[in-house]
Amino acid sequence: MGMDIRLDGICHSYGETEVLRDISLDIPTGQIVCLVGPSGCGKSTLLRLIGGLERPGGGRVLQLGAPPEDSLNPLTFVFQDFALLPWRSVKGNISLVLEDHGIRGKRSKAIIDDVLRRTKLADFADALPKQLSGGMKQRVAIARALAVNPAVMLMDEPLSALDAQTRELLMDDLVALWTRQPFTAVYVTHNLAEAVRLGHTIVVLSRRPGQIREIVRIDTPIGERRAGDPVCQSKHDLLWDLMREEARAADEELIDG
Amino acid sequence: MAETEAGNRAADDQPIEVRFRGGGFAPKSLRWVGVAVFIVLIGLIQWGTQSGWISALTLPKPSDVLATFVQLWESGLLFKHLQPSLTRLVIGAALGASAGIAIGVLIGLFSYVRAGLVPLVAAIFPIPKIALLPLFVIWFGIDEGSKYALIAFGTFTPTVVATYGAVDNVDRSLIRMGQSFGLSWSSIVRKIVLPGAMPGILSGLRISLAIAIILLVAAEMLGAEYGIGAYILEAGSLYDLERLFAGVVILSLLGVLVSALIGLLEKRLLGWRV
Repeated sequence: MGMDIRLDGICHSYGETEVLRDISLDIPTGQIVCLVGPSGCGKSTLLRLIGGLERPGGGRVLQLGAPPEDSLNPLTFVFQDFALLPWRSVKGNISLVLEDHGIRGKRSKAIIDDVLRRTKLADFADALPKQLSGGMKQRVAIARALAVNPAVMLMDEPLSALDAQTRELLMDDLVALWTRQPFTAVYVTHNLAEAVRLGHTIVVLSRRPGQIREIVRIDTPIGERRAGDPVCQSKHDLLWDLMREEARAADEELIDG
Repeated sequence: MAETEAGNRAADDQPIEVRFRGGGFAPKSLRWVGVAVFIVLIGLIQWGTQSGWISALTLPKPSDVLATFVQLWESGLLFKHLQPSLTRLVIGAALGASAGIAIGVLIGLFSYVRAGLVPLVAAIFPIPKIALLPLFVIWFGIDEGSKYALIAFGTFTPTVVATYGAVDNVDRSLIRMGQSFGLSWSSIVRKIVLPGAMPGILSGLRISLAIAIILLVAAEMLGAEYGIGAYILEAGSLYDLERLFAGVVILSLLGVLVSALIGLLEKRLLGWRV
């Protein structure tokens, strides 16, 4: 039951620039692991390595256990820029990822209806992406990810392109989705509020080359976390203390030396 | 001192409305202006030729050109000329554009094809295809073959360049998305790359098809009895300005028609654009 991900000594460089150094980490089933760190620390790179979109320079990404039988795409991304095909409707964007698995017609419609309902998009099946707000577009991307029944969701700053209010709303939606049906996720963000709200485990990366500085666990069930909750607030402050110096140093770094 | 000055200002100055400075730089669709320019220009030439201010050797009277055109229509000669020309245009342009799109997509997708063919296309592009007409006559025969080949060749190169540029410009994040969902290579090409390149391909087609019309006249220089190009060339060698201009007007109308067709296609296919 379930599939864990294990990172075993991951190293990565782009040319001369070392971006990740010796990252070892377990991502257990049914939990959300947040990766936080200053900009340029390689957290998005790490996510692409986990999802097989890039090859690590060293170390291995391991799947422990088999993904569920009905999982069409065990490792599924949700991107910051949504990555919706602008020429396909909401429905069409979801059917895109089903067509290659030979799912068409009735079966496809059943899956699409189900994921649209879960993401509150049932009324927008025929809309084109250009008609949707940023928050709605990201909900479509989440619906598309749910459609392939992933074993692990790889979320690359999914809320960073959205305004603060929309971000709040979508966080609530993600919490509701998880509470109804717990999913495994690696959630990359630079926003500590998101990490504290959604993460069972928060992994703090140092600035480049990214290394694990600290792993913070939050035991409050994510359904019960509220803004201003003392436990969450203290974790938030702890994380910010860890990151402040790194963020400042990263900010003052020259790009490409 | 400073205090009283500030006080005075507040008392004297009327509120001034902020001056609007955000106008311009936003093209609007004003269709009638184009028509008006045509009418004014033609009216001016008509007035100039009638009053003798423009000599008959310089420009024909627009009314005479119209009369020639009507005559051409009534005698049925118009369609006799138009039919072979349109056939050449359609077949030649279709051959050239489809080969161009195919090669352009291949260049966009495969590094080896790109490395091999881009310099070749760059070498062929600037050759005036008209210069090769005698060669084409030998290769493809003096009949329709050489005409199709000339038009096809002329449309091919700009279509290739536009197409591989369009493929290069397809949003990489969409392709990465396709890969992350495990889509097959052919699915990514069919469902992401080709639709994403469509805007660039269509705007390239606008240029290629205009070039095809230009080459139509050149193609009919040799061995064509009927055709708009043959008609214009014959009128030109006889210095029959009315017929020359009637032929030129037909080509212009053809250009407008092709452009409108592509506009229609864009509206149908690219409605998703923001």
